[in-house]
Amino acid sequence: MDSALIPRGVKRCPLWQFILFICVVGAVLLWGVYAMLLCWIKGLNQTNMNDYYGFAIWIWADLTVIAVGGGAFFSGLLRYIFGKDELKSIINYAVLIGFICYSSALLVLAYDIGQPLRGWFIFWHANVHSMLTEVAFCLSCYFGVLTIEFIPLILENRQIDRVPFFHHLSHNMHEIMGVFAATGVFLSFFHQGSLGGVAGVLFGRPFAYREGLFIWPWTFFLFTWSAAACGPCFTLLITKITEAVTRKKLVKDDAVELLAKISGWMILTYIIAKTIDTWWWLTVTAPSMGQTLMDFYSNNPLYGIWFLILEIVICGFVPAAILITKKGRKNSVALWIAVILAVVGVCINRWAMVLQVMAVPVMSFDYWAMYFPSWQEIATTILPVAYGIILVGLAHRYLPVFPDESELNPIETLPAEEEEAVEPSVDLEQELKPAEA
Amino acid sequence: MFPFNFEWIWDMGHVVFMGGLWYALTILGIGMTYCIIKAAIDACRGNDEHHH
Repeated sequence: MDSALIPRGVKRCPLWQFILFICVVGAVLLWGVYAMLLCWIKGLNQTNMNDYYGFAIWIWADLTVIAVGGGAFFSGLLRYIFGKDELKSIINYAVLIGFICYSSALLVLAYDIGQPLRGWFIFWHANVHSMLTEVAFCLSCYFGVLTIEFIPLILENRQIDRVPFFHHLSHNMHEIMGVFAATGVFLSFFHQGSLGGVAGVLFGRPFAYREGLFIWPWTFFLFTWSAAACGPCFTLLITKITEAVTRKKLVKDDAVELLAKISGWMILTYIIAKTIDTWWWLTVTAPSMGQTLMDFYSNNPLYGIWFLILEIVICGFVPAAILITKKGRKNSVALWIAVILAVVGVCINRWAMVLQVMAVPVMSFDYWAMYFPSWQEIATTILPVAYGIILVGLAHRYLPVFPDESELNPIETLPAEEEEAVEPSVDLEQELKPAEA
Repeated sequence: MFPFNFEWIWDMGHVVFMGGLWYALTILGIGMTYCIIKAAIDACRGNDEHHH
């Protein structure tokens, strides 16, 4: 029924199966939308936020999707600025994942600020002394960049591409994509960094506070570095999941291996820098503020020293060791483990820097403030995941997201009726032909 | 925020922050305008030589 919209030379599941899949994920999405409306209509009393947790789980979700969405800017940098042509096989998907991550981040911010209708205040009444202002500027602009990078992919849909204007527009945008990608790298560097900077400048909270370079605490650089290191791992993870779900090979091995190798070296250098930063913080910075290591990792039901070891050793050095070796990258199981650990590692890092920070007592009479989100917070945090799955499903079905898919999965000679689902009949194509053509 | 708004102050913070924002928006705006105008011209001329 929709075969005229499906890219040439690839096979997709029957339409009823696809609609069923969308309906199931759509139900989860609606649950999230209901919770979101509750938060907007009834207010932030629907959440478990309090005087200790002014941001809560949403800010973690926000920082995490931005970090894992960093795969888009880093892949764009490698592909368009450094000319790594092998990544042609995966760059579209990296852009799509980045688009989903950043649109999700903006959606989360829309309910985090409580009154989304006043969201524009940050641009018009900007507080130029706030790192969050820089984050808001760069985040919005970078979302614009990702939209611009995503548009040519939409225009390459079989039917849209038949319209000459859209065909030329897509081509022209591809031609100057390097300019957009470079702008995206500039914007990403600053907003990823400023998100880390926000934690690092909290001199009243010894768990987060770090020294730094000029106005930038070390967390500024570590956040950008970790996003560039772990973002591509998230791209690889989602690619692997998509391949498992569709039971097809979608990306060439050399693209996966190159991205995994670069990511591995980035993770290794990042985690060494993170280790040095942690060591300096625990031996110099925190003691100078009257705190010791165990003040941050004891007398509470969750945050033990295991949390630090999990982040740095298990989800830092282990994936780096796997990804920098050819043997590790070639082994499918090891590659799966490495990309999962790297993504978990960056999620834990963001959790520690925005939620553990708020839990640690800072006054002598203070206590560990533990927090568990309300169902409305959980539903609204799952909402972007459902949205992302639906968008990936639609893009995979109707857009040429994976340029090498037809080459990697040649279609065998099929019986006449099945063939129709793969290649549309002439009549159907003519039926959907644009009026001007 | 623009320099003609009452909140504007001519200091480093405003110039760097707002200048950076306008700079990025200008690049994106000019880039897209170029692509759209060129696409319209190419489409009118019936130029169809490229493949991507």
